[in-house]
Amino acid sequence: MIIDINFIGLIIASIMASAVPLILASCGELITERSGVLNLGVEGMMIIGAISGFALMTVTGSLIIAIFGAMLAGVLISTIFAFLTQTLITNHVATGLALTIFGIGISAMIGKNFVGIPGKEFPVLFDGFKDTIPLLGPILFGHSIVFYFAFALPFITSYFLKKTKIGLIVRAVGDSPESASNQGINVRLVRYACILYGGAMSGLAGAYLSMIYTPQWIENMTGGRGWIALALVVFSTWNPIKILIGAMIFGGLTIIQFHMQAIGVRIPVQFLTALPYIVTIIVLVVISRDSRKIRLSTPSSLGKSFYKDN
Amino acid sequence: MHKFFIRSFVSSLVLLFTFTVAAIAKDVKAAFVYIGPTGDHGWTYQHDVGRKAVEAAGFKTTYVEGVPESADAERVLRQLANSGHDVIFTTSFGYMNPTNKVAKEFPNVKFEHATGYKREHPNVSTYAARFYEGRTILGTIAGTMTKSNVIGYVASFPIPEVIRGINSFTLAAQKVNPNIKTKIVWAFTWYDPGKEAEAAKALIDQGADVIAQHTDSTAIVQMAEKAGVYAFGQASDMDKFAPKAVLTSVENNWGPYYVDRVKAVANGTWSQKDTWHGIGDGMVVISDLDSQMPADLRSKVKKLQADLASGKVHSFTGPIYDQKGNLMVAEGKTADDGMLAGMMTYVKGVEGDIPK
Repeated sequence: MIIDINFIGLIIASIMASAVPLILASCGELITERSGVLNLGVEGMMIIGAISGFALMTVTGSLIIAIFGAMLAGVLISTIFAFLTQTLITNHVATGLALTIFGIGISAMIGKNFVGIPGKEFPVLFDGFKDTIPLLGPILFGHSIVFYFAFALPFITSYFLKKTKIGLIVRAVGDSPESASNQGINVRLVRYACILYGGAMSGLAGAYLSMIYTPQWIENMTGGRGWIALALVVFSTWNPIKILIGAMIFGGLTIIQFHMQAIGVRIPVQFLTALPYIVTIIVLVVISRDSRKIRLSTPSSLGKSFYKDN
Repeated sequence: MHKFFIRSFVSSLVLLFTFTVAAIAKDVKAAFVYIGPTGDHGWTYQHDVGRKAVEAAGFKTTYVEGVPESADAERVLRQLANSGHDVIFTTSFGYMNPTNKVAKEFPNVKFEHATGYKREHPNVSTYAARFYEGRTILGTIAGTMTKSNVIGYVASFPIPEVIRGINSFTLAAQKVNPNIKTKIVWAFTWYDPGKEAEAAKALIDQGADVIAQHTDSTAIVQMAEKAGVYAFGQASDMDKFAPKAVLTSVENNWGPYYVDRVKAVANGTWSQKDTWHGIGDGMVVISDLDSQMPADLRSKVKKLQADLASGKVHSFTGPIYDQKGNLMVAEGKTADDGMLAGMMTYVKGVEGDIPK
């Protein structure tokens, strides 16, 4: 096996493509969590986005309607969560889990009519430039618009939280809803907005899977990626740029282990399959050694309901 | 008090109605227990296509999907046996012990277990398909169509069914092209579109120009379509998912068997059986051959198909050696069903080790 530079470019491009849904969902959940709300329903919102995107694409034939429809579906289902946790003050964890179960069930019900239908081809950008630059060509060019958006999102999110006024408000609400409320900020409104935004991003992540990555509908097709996205938020210590790194590590290990199998590296396959999880644990252990840092970066009111609001 | 009477009246009416219906309808009722959702477009989906054939033949059917291979399976089976079903099809290997256990408790209900080997009671039959015959055809096509001489194979779990498929495929491919190399990647899943696509992509990036699969989703043929290489459909005809990539598919066709067995129950002719049907009996179906294949290859495949069906050709005809060069099947002999059922070694020419 000659490993040339373009081959490495191809591997990196596959790793990036597999990281896209994780980045999207994690960045959305990060904003939700920064406002103090823990939404464990990412998997459910993703699968709703996946079926909505696929169904709309099949029915309307329009990719644009499908993509935005999937985001809207994510918004709608997260509205249920927002209403329950913010207006009726239910427990975040229980409501989030219920949302996931609800999402998986309802997507399967809607999806019954869409099994066995091939998806449409999603247009890719700059496909012609792929072979112009060695190594970087396949990494930079020939991807869908959602791919480019996903890789811009962590930087946009970081800028939003650090440099904009609304970002500051979101962080204030997450760290101390009482003080924010005393400053005249409508805590409930901010949290509603952040939950809905998280829903939209999860919906988009789901649509990426069912429309671009593997264009088809299959029950449970998100396959636990929502849970990985949730773990990535903790993994990143609520830092969007670290989400990018985490998603690449997680997506990358799966792909690299397939390549090692195909090359014929004599390492037990079970070990290779477990590698992404082992590395995640190691990284989590390394991160959690500095408990003070974790305490500082965790939104202080995460998962706690806020009562005093008008 | 008033409410209580109304309630008991209504419920007794409902009960009465149920019993009357059950007494009038003497039709045979068949139940199906599925491991996955009917929406997987793979294993369970094909069983459900078979169930619909039973329904079309005029019988009542019910199904329970997503039943875990645990104590839950027993509970579901008992419930189905208790609610007036005459024959119950359990469509996954892991239902083997629950099926036999519950069969003992309900001697009047017939049980049909797919891919298992235990028939501990006279009311339990087993059935399976010789998918490896289909893979002999795929191997022949792959060996002829490859230009890079590297064939990729996405495998699921190291069990005899999968190993047998890899061996059958490789033997056939080597026969038409001794220079080929089969690269195997274990995905350790039956269906996870994302993972399957990633496994296929890795194989394609490493030079494979024909991809075979023993996992269930259509993600692999779609990946092949994108990359401009060939692939084969699994379980159902996947041509519409990847018209350019899919050369043919091996379809699981359970319908005729199911209709046959339910009819046997209705006629009172059902008896215990162990069925292992292949291309000849129509349980394994080869989809249309793609026109990209040269005409002489297509006619060769047609002939091979007919010979496999008639038994003139066997997928495992000696001499067959294992990876270390030990003789597995002597020249002129064919592997017997016992050897096939327990096949856990690669034949010569397959690269790598079987994960333990």
